[in-house]
Amino acid sequence: MKEHFDHPDVVVCPGGPLLLRGEHVIEDAEGRQHRTSRPVSAVCRCGKSADQPWCDGTHKVLPDKLKP
Amino acid sequence: MRIPKARGELSEALAAALQEGTAPAELADVAATDDADRHLSLWTLYELSYRGFDGVDDELEWQPELLALRHTLERRFEAELREWFSPPELGEPFADALFELIENDDGASVATFVQREATLDQTLELLRYRTIYHLKEADPTAWVVPRLTTGPKAALMELQYDEYGCGDPNRLHSHLFVRGLDACGLRSDYGAYIDDVPVEVLVQNNAMSLFGLHRRLRGAALGHLAAFEATSSLPSRRMAQGLERLGLPTEMIAYYEEHVEADAVHEQLAVRTICGALVEEEPAQAAEVAFGALACLGLEDRFARRMLAEWGAE
Ligand code: FES
Ligand SMILES: [Fe+2]
Ligand SMILES: [Fe+2]
Repeated sequence: MKEHFDHPDVVVCPGGPLLLRGEHVIEDAEGRQHRTSRPVSAVCRCGKSADQPWCDGTHKVLPDKLKP
Repeated sequence: MRIPKARGELSEALAAALQEGTAPAELADVAATDDADRHLSLWTLYELSYRGFDGVDDELEWQPELLALRHTLERRFEAELREWFSPPELGEPFADALFELIENDDGASVATFVQREATLDQTLELLRYRTIYHLKEADPTAWVVPRLTTGPKAALMELQYDEYGCGDPNRLHSHLFVRGLDACGLRSDYGAYIDDVPVEVLVQNNAMSLFGLHRRLRGAALGHLAAFEATSSLPSRRMAQGLERLGLPTEMIAYYEEHVEADAVHEQLAVRTICGALVEEEPAQAAEVAFGALACLGLEDRFARRMLAEWGAE
């Protein structure tokens, strides 16, 4: 029986967002602050989300070379 | 909720049995008139395990004759699903392969139509049909929790907690939909539109209950969840834009905007941490996960094609 499970606070999803567990305040490129509001949040890494700083799934329709 | 209006001989006999509070043994011999009759009957039997019906004895949920009928209907339905949706073997790494399986599916989309050209009436019709699932959003997956081992169980709860508003009833996803319905002047009471929905909606809803209510089908339930979440963010954005174009209330737009953001998280959790953990602990479940994912995508495609054809949009 496994005794310890990996449960990192920050997870980089290959080709996709950065997952953040817990409460955080994120400052975006314009200096605006955004507070997380759910148990896990997805921060955009591709720069193309229309809902910055959060991921909105847009990374999935980008060509491979533009994926983070 | 009232007992749904019968759609054929089986649902007629079933409605009578529920009203009388006794299920005659002959119920098992009543042949369903057609698919709509058969799926409405199964839906009604499942509903005994969710919220029940006004004036119907709660004891009937575990009534042996009704369970036998449910079993017969489920056997046939599961066999059909397995025939329609037989998945390829998933490669490695598992999460990439599952994402790829889902992304390669190019099923029809009602969201794109709503975004660009649906009329107000067509959009309200779609919202009425969506009530059947959205008013019990996340509930069919909740059945799966106690059937999982530690890793996938904790992972599933991390996602479900968000669906259920992190304990705040005002943020519960099904409640956000209720607020949207009320603002649109639609009925938000549970099951209000069951008599109007096309058979495709019953089939979609029954697949979720089938997967959720059988421990044996836990892998399919989680694969269904993964495909659902991974095909939600971008379509939810299109829905929100369509609702805005039509001047529908902000409360309904907010439901879809919440899903743009929430499901961008949920798809990662469902594919990587939930299905990933399940398959790590139970490798034999990989094929079941893929089956559930294809069933989710394929049944939504059938619904979308039906609606687009009816709206003359194909
Ligand atoms: S990482 Fe998902 S939209 Fe940018
Ligand atoms: Fe949701
Ligand atoms: Fe979700």
